[in-house]
Amino acid sequence: MSAALSAAALAADLTSSLPAVGALPRAVDSAGDPSTAEAVLFWVLAPVMVLASLGLLFARKAVHAALSVILVMICLAFMYVTQGAVFLGVVQVVVYTGAIMMLFLFVLMLVGVSTADSLVETIRGQRWIGWVAGLGLLVVLAGVIGTAAYPEPTGLGSANEASNPVGIAHLIFGRYVFAMEVVGALLVTAALGALVYTHRRRLTPRLGQRERAEARVRDGQHLAPLPAPGVYAKHNAMDVPALDPYGQPIESSVPRVLRVRGQEADAAEYAARIDRVLAGKAAVDRGTSASDEQGTTAPPHAEPQSAPIGEPRIADAVAGVDAGAPDSEEGK
Amino acid sequence: MHTILLAEPVAPVTADFSNDTWWIWLIKAVAILVFLLTSVLFAIWFERKVVARMQVRPGPNVHGPFGLLQSLADAMKLLFKEDMTVKAADKVVYIVAPLIAVFCSLLTFAVIPLGPTVSMFGVETPLQLTDFPVAVLYILACASVGVYGIVLGGWSSNSTYPLLGGVRSTAQVISYELAMGLSLVSVFVLAGSMSTSQIVSSQTQLWWFLPLLPAFVIYVISMVGETNRLPFDLPEAEGELVSGYMTEYSSMKFAWFFLAEYINMLNVSAVATTLFLGGWRAPFIPADHFLQQGWWPVLWFLAKLWALMFFFVWVRGSVLRFRYDQFMKLGWKVLIPAALAWLVLVAVVQGLRQFPEFADLELRTILFVIAGIVAVGVVISLFVPEKKRPEPATPPRVLDAFADGYPVPPLPGQVLPPSPRRARVPAGAPGEPDEPDAQTDTKEVHGG
Repeated sequence: MSAALSAAALAADLTSSLPAVGALPRAVDSAGDPSTAEAVLFWVLAPVMVLASLGLLFARKAVHAALSVILVMICLAFMYVTQGAVFLGVVQVVVYTGAIMMLFLFVLMLVGVSTADSLVETIRGQRWIGWVAGLGLLVVLAGVIGTAAYPEPTGLGSANEASNPVGIAHLIFGRYVFAMEVVGALLVTAALGALVYTHRRRLTPRLGQRERAEARVRDGQHLAPLPAPGVYAKHNAMDVPALDPYGQPIESSVPRVLRVRGQEADAAEYAARIDRVLAGKAAVDRGTSASDEQGTTAPPHAEPQSAPIGEPRIADAVAGVDAGAPDSEEGK
Repeated sequence: MHTILLAEPVAPVTADFSNDTWWIWLIKAVAILVFLLTSVLFAIWFERKVVARMQVRPGPNVHGPFGLLQSLADAMKLLFKEDMTVKAADKVVYIVAPLIAVFCSLLTFAVIPLGPTVSMFGVETPLQLTDFPVAVLYILACASVGVYGIVLGGWSSNSTYPLLGGVRSTAQVISYELAMGLSLVSVFVLAGSMSTSQIVSSQTQLWWFLPLLPAFVIYVISMVGETNRLPFDLPEAEGELVSGYMTEYSSMKFAWFFLAEYINMLNVSAVATTLFLGGWRAPFIPADHFLQQGWWPVLWFLAKLWALMFFFVWVRGSVLRFRYDQFMKLGWKVLIPAALAWLVLVAVVQGLRQFPEFADLELRTILFVIAGIVAVGVVISLFVPEKKRPEPATPPRVLDAFADGYPVPPLPGQVLPPSPRRARVPAGAPGEPDEPDAQTDTKEVHGG
């Protein structure tokens, strides 16, 4: 639901930014009163934001809670833009929605779709502590807002005099430069701390793709993956070994588990059975005289020792091709 | 040429939208939408045709002239496919994810200037829907929200491959958006603005890709990463993850993801055109020539846009997919530090030009000086002998239990020295194991 609204809100952005065309939005006049457009947008976005915030509290799945936060952030960005703080609004989306919530989601996604939060208290009385702390925060916030003294509004015209980003730059890198540097130092310290905590000394040299490949060649192992069972054989079941070019079964093509259990099939037996079926007989040899005639044809059984290795017989292979048959797509 | 100094008040937005009426906005918005959707149809045909030519085969050539209607036929077929929703999926998020991807990709072109001011039904208006002082940041914001479509689509399918695609996409976006943003900042520094129309008008004399060549290269690399295209298409790597985040999608929902990917290609190409390649300006033609005014510049803009699209296809046709760790290493250890260093350099040069002693320094002079320094550096680097790779220090195979005078546990790879009590093993120990079978002893290698 929340994501649907966020998509709708984004689509609405195209239209909501239209009044901003040309001159910057003059949402607040010099007396500090909001314009009608801003009031309308506020009353549309505010309920959405309240609902999404409640969604954060009551969503059962962590990802749904994160989506609610994203929706609140995007609505907040719209609010900023309508109030003339274009830079703040856009940066809010780029930094918080685009980077920080994405990192949150990165972690949350590794929790499966079907897992909901458990409501079992892991710390005794944590719910009551949470309520008390929340109430305390509420009291503090109410006190601060109630006692705050607001300066006279000067209007957006003077605040955004040299365009909105320039105005913000003058504030951040002028009046509040020390506070910004302190925050920057804090963030760098935190990042370094995280690096130090997650750093692990490597005890053995790192084994990359190259090292593994070199080791494989050095040890004389199979360089390619093992042949799959059933290759060149007359059956493709897992337990039927592949045949090598000489017609000999390759034991290592059958999964190791089957070999250890002694469950691999006999390639010759399978070939014989298939030949019997092709000849129109029963699959299982019942020892009748008919099957003796042609049913028990052994698989092609060449002699590995006497087999010619090395030079391929190209001339034989070419001569064997049926000249009349179409040999390619173009021939058809 | 005129140097633009930061201290000078730069108009926040050059384009003048004051004459626009609601129906002008409507015409522009609808035109952008139609342009994007038809461009996607054309782009799919274009990509298939160009890749086919690179592989010496004809490509689609049956439907329509030159096979141009092939992608229309494909789109119709997708529309009529069964629209499946995975039973175990998180329904709402599953349906919303493709919508997010498409909507966000449609937003970018609102701030892209397609041309200068033209007369549209008697109204003088720029060929651009809107512009504001932070327009380029708005493009980045739309792109970063659009990635939620991919990430949520991967998560909500409740399936392994899409989830892996989504997780990869998250990491990819976070790392490549940094490099992309940093490379754009050097354009902001030189142009003195973040509004697209202002950036285009700052390139009247010199297109920014020339003085900011490193930033341009970084942007081009990261824009390929940002749009999940080969060689960076790890979120949908078909050889590893079936088709990644959209494995469980079918019919129109799949088509939306597809649409978003191609619109995003057009978006990043348009941004590169606007920020680095002079926007709608034609090269070597004076600014007051009739070819630089009116509707003509749309043609130049489209030519640059499609040249970049051709680059996308060319890269896809010639480069293999990166391995994931290589991809991350490229992003974090090469692109981001390079972009940071380049940004600092640009900022220093631009800062020096604020001083009155350097104020009349031409940008071209600075460029030649920097090019000379780089050339000297390259020549010097040729004389530096190559460093030999140090042999890795291997700890002794046999454990020295009191290395450096302290009792230490065995390190990985170390073996214990033969136990002194071993000699006491009775002589009647079990005999030698059987001769291992030559066939079954072959060591297995999985995954090559």
